Amino acid sequence: MDKFVCLEGLVAPLDRANVDTDAIIPKQFLKSIQRSGFGPNLFDEWRYLDAGEPGKEDSLRRLNPAFVLNQPRYQGAQILLTRQNFGCGSSREHAPWALLDFGFRALIGESFADIFFNNCFKNGILPIVLPAAEIDALFVLVEATPGCRLVVDLEQQQLRCPDGRVLSFVVDSFRRECLLNGWDDIGLTLRHADLIRAFEDKRRIEQPWLFA
Amino acid sequence: MPQTLYEKLWQDHLVHQQADGTALIYIDRHLVHEVTSPQAFEGLKLAGRKPWRVSSIVATADHNTPTDHWDRGIEDPISRLQVETLDANIRAVGALAYFPFRDPRQGIVHVVGPESGATLPGMTVVCGDSHTSTHGAFACMAHGIGTSEVEHVLATQCLLQKQSKTMLLQVDGRLARGVTAKDLALAIIARIGTAGGTGHAIEFAGSTIRGLSMEGRMTLCNMAIEAGARLGLVAVDEVTIDYLRGRPFAPKGAQWEQAVAAWRGLHSDADARFDRVVEITAEDIRPQVTWGTSPEMVVPVDACVPDPANEADPVRREGMERALRYMGLSPRQPIREIRLDKIFIGSCTNSRIEDLRAAAAVVQGRKVASNIRLALVVPGSGLVKRQAEREGLDEIFLAAGFEWREPGCSMCLAMNADRLEAGERCASTSNRNFEGRQGAGGRTHLVSPEMAAAAAIAGHFCDVGELLGRKEKG
Repeated sequence: MDKFVCLEGLVAPLDRANVDTDAIIPKQFLKSIQRSGFGPNLFDEWRYLDAGEPGKEDSLRRLNPAFVLNQPRYQGAQILLTRQNFGCGSSREHAPWALLDFGFRALIGESFADIFFNNCFKNGILPIVLPAAEIDALFVLVEATPGCRLVVDLEQQQLRCPDGRVLSFVVDSFRRECLLNGWDDIGLTLRHADLIRAFEDKRRIEQPWLFA
Repeated sequence: MPQTLYEKLWQDHLVHQQADGTALIYIDRHLVHEVTSPQAFEGLKLAGRKPWRVSSIVATADHNTPTDHWDRGIEDPISRLQVETLDANIRAVGALAYFPFRDPRQGIVHVVGPESGATLPGMTVVCGDSHTSTHGAFACMAHGIGTSEVEHVLATQCLLQKQSKTMLLQVDGRLARGVTAKDLALAIIARIGTAGGTGHAIEFAGSTIRGLSMEGRMTLCNMAIEAGARLGLVAVDEVTIDYLRGRPFAPKGAQWEQAVAAWRGLHSDADARFDRVVEITAEDIRPQVTWGTSPEMVVPVDACVPDPANEADPVRREGMERALRYMGLSPRQPIREIRLDKIFIGSCTNSRIEDLRAAAAVVQGRKVASNIRLALVVPGSGLVKRQAEREGLDEIFLAAGFEWREPGCSMCLAMNADRLEAGERCASTSNRNFEGRQGAGGRTHLVSPEMAAAAAIAGHFCDVGELLGRKEKG
């Protein structure tokens, strides 16, 4: 996993609540057995005017000019601003993979669905939760400021806006450490292999039917 | 100190806890399917790691598998590769049980786990699938995980977790005729919203829950994720124990007695404290129909489509307007006047034997309306299918004009050939009415199996309670 320490990037606004994982990456693309290559199909049904299928050449498809990520001013965005309950629905990790592959490293929203939120941290994406009033203000700022870039500083847990405003956010301390260092969860857990083995041996004696 | 069921399960699986509360939680059962596992198996291999305990794994192919013409195999080459990759991974690694494509016991992973007895009370159950919450009906700490966590469980038999908050959903009273666990689930989502359960483990309790079968409890816990809660729970009682007795992977003999004694403790203590309590009266619930593109956009069948003009919050209002445009509906349109093109009875929410019996009881002696292009029944597993056939349910569905298919996830998420075309409108017993969920441009209305059956007969939504009443009088 890539480290996430501090990022300065262009912000794109996706002004809707309850963006679900079917919208983030439609099911037909989940047939892939790879971890990469999902970026061209991020928000597929909103981004394109025709239906997407695996194997179809996406660069030849008709883009929906009304969709915000297709607007010239948001090309190259690395930060996505959204509303409540982003990432609701399925557990598909293809959703964060698609966001990452497209170029997003940070998400800012009022709330995120639990499984999606967790999946982001496993892929070096930082989801930031802010109160509704601050989200409202950021939408206004991004709309009014062409080329609006934010600094996302995980070390300081701060968002710095071009108008000088500084917003604080909080990230769970363990997840923050993992992101700052780009740690592999499995490696960390395996340091406790003896504890796991001891727990398992005890469990096997106390509740043998679980190990049939 | 008195504990909730969730807190008991948490304590029982706690291997290690860091100072900041992050815990290492032991996983008893790992359910695996073809869509969310290939990258995890590959990651394991690339890192040179071995699976920790293969006897925890129960695997099946369900999302991509076709529901007809099984003799032809899987025609879509990309789907076929994914299913063959699962075959190869399980062959290489091993498992307690694998039910591959066309095995007589193959089916939807959340149907197969409980019916085989692979899901047992007090377990932690995980799967790369959000509807793993289903298994909470057995007092399991069961939730969906992403593919990185699938790899983590394969490699370590544990997950890194933070303890969730607790919510008690207390439901008391009797459900009216034609009102099911599905309607209860949708009514709960209407009440607390699709983010209402975020960060919480929901325990469903009360006399209404005690009165539900295991199938009903699974339907309810299945939909906990649609209320934002990764996991739903129901305490163990005689209904749970009766369901499990004699299942292939359930304990036998002296071990069964020992297990049952332990399971009887799997309930919240009488004076346990929950972070949030929501009370629901069963008698207030009517059959539910979703009208929008989120499960919280739901009303009783005798209501009308709501008017966004009455919504004060601008984000919500815009969401409603967008949903109505997508769904091709108008504000204040009566739900009963919504005409349908397709009917789907199936999915991990509602494809168990009890669901099929209930739908068949509505359909018996009737015909699917002429405006319905396709009415599908997709049993949750091969065993459900054969049980239904022994009871003659297939004959009832076929005589009415339904198609009787092979098991799988099918049109719940349309990864196989079963799908809605753009603009088609479907009464579906599945769990998500998101844009494009059942096919690009498709319009999904979530309902119970009885309500889907009644809609198939009428060609539009109608109150199944009334339909059944008329049938009895007639």
